[in-house]
Amino acid sequence: MQTRRALRLIRRSSAAACLLLASSMLIAQGTTPSTLAPASTPAHQIFDLSIFVVAITGGIFVVVGGLLAIALYRFRAQKTDPAGEPAQIYGSTQIELAWTVIPILIVVVLFLTTARIIFAIQDAPKPKAALDVTVIGHQFWWEFRYPKYGVITANELHIPVSSDSVPEATFLKLTSADVNHSFWIPQLAGKTDLIANHVNTMWMDPRTPGLYLGQCAQFCGSQHAMMLLRVYVDTPEQFDAWIKSQAQPTQQNPAVEAGRKVFERQACMNCHTVSGTAATGRFGPDLTHVMSRTTLASGAMDNTPANLRQWIKSPDTFKRGALMPAMQLNDEQLDQVTAYLETLK
Amino acid sequence: MSDYPLSVSHVIDPSTSTSERSTLLEKLHGWVVTVDHKRLGILYILYSTFFLLVAGAEALAMRIQLAYPHAHVLSAQVYNRFFTMHGTTMVFLVGMPFLFGFANYIVPLQIGARDMAFPRLNAFSFWMTAFGGLLLYYSFLGGAGLYGVGNAPDVGWFAYAPLTARSFSPGHATDYWALALIVSGFGTLGTAINIVATVISMRCKGMTLMRMPLFTWLLLVVSMLTLVTITPLTAAQFMLLIDRYLGGHFFDTQAGGSSLIWIHFFWIFGHPEVYVLVLPAFAIANDIIPVFCRKAIFGYPAMVAASVAIMFVSLSVWAHHMFTVGMTSVSNAFFTLSTMLVGVPTGIKIFNWIATLWGGRIRFTTPMLFCIGFLFQFLIAGLTGIMLSVSPWDWQLHNSYFVIAHFHYVLVGAIVFCIFAGIYYWYPKATGRLLNETLGKWHFWLFIIGFHITFDTMHFLGLLGMPRSIYTYQPDRGWNFLNLLVSIGGMIQGIAVLIFAYNFIVSYWRGEVAGDDPWDAWTLEWATSSPPPVYNFEEEPDVHSRRPLWDLKHPDDPDWEYES
Repeated sequence: MQTRRALRLIRRSSAAACLLLASSMLIAQGTTPSTLAPASTPAHQIFDLSIFVVAITGGIFVVVGGLLAIALYRFRAQKTDPAGEPAQIYGSTQIELAWTVIPILIVVVLFLTTARIIFAIQDAPKPKAALDVTVIGHQFWWEFRYPKYGVITANELHIPVSSDSVPEATFLKLTSADVNHSFWIPQLAGKTDLIANHVNTMWMDPRTPGLYLGQCAQFCGSQHAMMLLRVYVDTPEQFDAWIKSQAQPTQQNPAVEAGRKVFERQACMNCHTVSGTAATGRFGPDLTHVMSRTTLASGAMDNTPANLRQWIKSPDTFKRGALMPAMQLNDEQLDQVTAYLETLK
Repeated sequence: MSDYPLSVSHVIDPSTSTSERSTLLEKLHGWVVTVDHKRLGILYILYSTFFLLVAGAEALAMRIQLAYPHAHVLSAQVYNRFFTMHGTTMVFLVGMPFLFGFANYIVPLQIGARDMAFPRLNAFSFWMTAFGGLLLYYSFLGGAGLYGVGNAPDVGWFAYAPLTARSFSPGHATDYWALALIVSGFGTLGTAINIVATVISMRCKGMTLMRMPLFTWLLLVVSMLTLVTITPLTAAQFMLLIDRYLGGHFFDTQAGGSSLIWIHFFWIFGHPEVYVLVLPAFAIANDIIPVFCRKAIFGYPAMVAASVAIMFVSLSVWAHHMFTVGMTSVSNAFFTLSTMLVGVPTGIKIFNWIATLWGGRIRFTTPMLFCIGFLFQFLIAGLTGIMLSVSPWDWQLHNSYFVIAHFHYVLVGAIVFCIFAGIYYWYPKATGRLLNETLGKWHFWLFIIGFHITFDTMHFLGLLGMPRSIYTYQPDRGWNFLNLLVSIGGMIQGIAVLIFAYNFIVSYWRGEVAGDDPWDAWTLEWATSSPPPVYNFEEEPDVHSRRPLWDLKHPDDPDWEYES
């Protein structure tokens, strides 16, 4: 009778756990960077492994937690207890041996399964056709370099989709220009740290085109929370078109000549590059095609003319602690430089 | 056994002879100059209770900031200072002083000694720890003053280099952090040495090592582990200060230094530190669970062996905090295995506790309730620990809220629960009065409900991709509702802790008078009066088994007949 009640309790609590998991999946929106919705081989392999681990640990929880619940219920002090103390039991070598050996066996199984996935992901051979991208972490933004195409961009990574007919893996080389950061797009792969003087690698082969969100996962200073990350997985055609347009230098537009002069005379160019002009700074994001990006300041706000102007006027409005200084431009200069940047498509 | 500690206490502690007539100043003076292990134990516990409230308030402020997206309750910088101070405080100014407080008070009593082996070192260690804490908190005032919440450290409690370099952390906030940990670290080392010496050399007649109460055994293990783990931390802090002020390049990546050196040093300290904190929690549960189920602990030798095994294995697992820094696949596999192996001795402990309950007569008093909460939560924390040891999964979970949930399950669900259990259990010994049971049960139920609302939910936030250490988040990530839930749970825990604080203060005057042995317990501390006299025992006790008071209470059925 008591055992049956305890069993019911266990069944109910495991049902509650499933419900909680399901509800958290429901709460997740299309834009949630959920580890439970993998979209690339490494993320899939991790997810499958995690299901196996949850099954084993869940089983342990039900058995041990159940025994604990039964013990608490069955052996609670009652008025009907006989006087004196219960029988004193000091131990039992056989039982203790059993519950030492069984966990060791479980560890062996878990370890072998895990080791297989470690080697499968970490030591996966790199296909010859794989796309190489170098990721450089900065306080508080991302620099992406495509060495094969001579393209440099920031904060929004574009990579091609992979399919069975055209497998396209992207291999990232990660390092940092300053403090430690961590690259994490939960739906595509686990995270990998970006550390100065230390090049790490990771790879992914997303199967569905679309936008995948993530952010820096290693505390890196005051605006760590606003070091957001967007990965666009493009169809092969989209990707080719994108990389072609990014490789173009800037088209000089005489209408915004005044803005360009402000940009080049007010120290903006010390930190930013606009290829094809005198601006070759390296501290801030490359602005050659800044208008092709949907957000500014590593995802801190949408890329609109009004936001751009306010960002130049006072970066603190959006991201207090960002390293870009307010250049104290007057309204006219602000309008001019904003108009100039608006032409960098 | 010399009576040297006894005579020292008599000479230096003025309150013993003049307690009736002393003024407030004399009383305070007595507390400041005391070398009595019981008074120092109480000082440790009051000190860490105070910082528990401070760091808890910091946590609540952070939870208000995170209750909804894009909140402006705390600025980014203040949030970063708060989470750094919250973590540093809870580990160094709450966790360790609490355990040393219990150790100071209980260990000499349990082994029938009259004081610690080195009473003056004991006082020195406490004051070093205390001044370390004050130094850390002085940073709120010392830098730019309180406006904008001072110049407190904001590099995370793990303080990964090179963020701590002067180019990234100008000013003196990081120096306060490093110096405070060095100072309190010396205090910690002093106390650890003292506990080892006390347990090795001060045991009373008949108290062989294998007759020591498990509480004392585990504190011995913890103290040895502390000696090994605090040292690399202190060394790393010196290296950091050399980097910052003497032109060193240990962690200076621009000059060929390495961030990884810091990370290794920190976690060679940091992971065993988890066991330094959790083993005393086990120690408390080991003493309380048998008393309230009226049975001897099941498998005493196995419990001792498992604790010693945990001590050794815990020294080989540090790099499971580093699965994402780019180690080789072989290293990742090695640290996966070593971490999983910790589960074996830990499992033995849990099974032995359940076997102790089995066949007992469980009395659900407040200390026991907290221990039961501990058992359930520690089981879950152990299982999520297995999940995190699976290095590929850790690539997803590392630095996410799943990790935050996991280690709060250990630090709050296991350690704080056991600290509360220990306070409810030994408060009557230290004050002569019981804590109020009704308030205690309110405290327990509110705290455990709040705990689960907060920390169960955090696991799911981690699975949904929320990283730690962020002062705000985007509204489109699907984290809004869960974060609100976490914050609500935090507030409930806050209320529970306030009830506890009220109970703690008021019961000192109004609590029910406890008598020497209110729980009908079996270890030596319950053989003397409550509170015990300065000299603890009039005569040196003579011990024949692991439960000397059981032998006294059951002369017809003594333990020593069954123990080999």
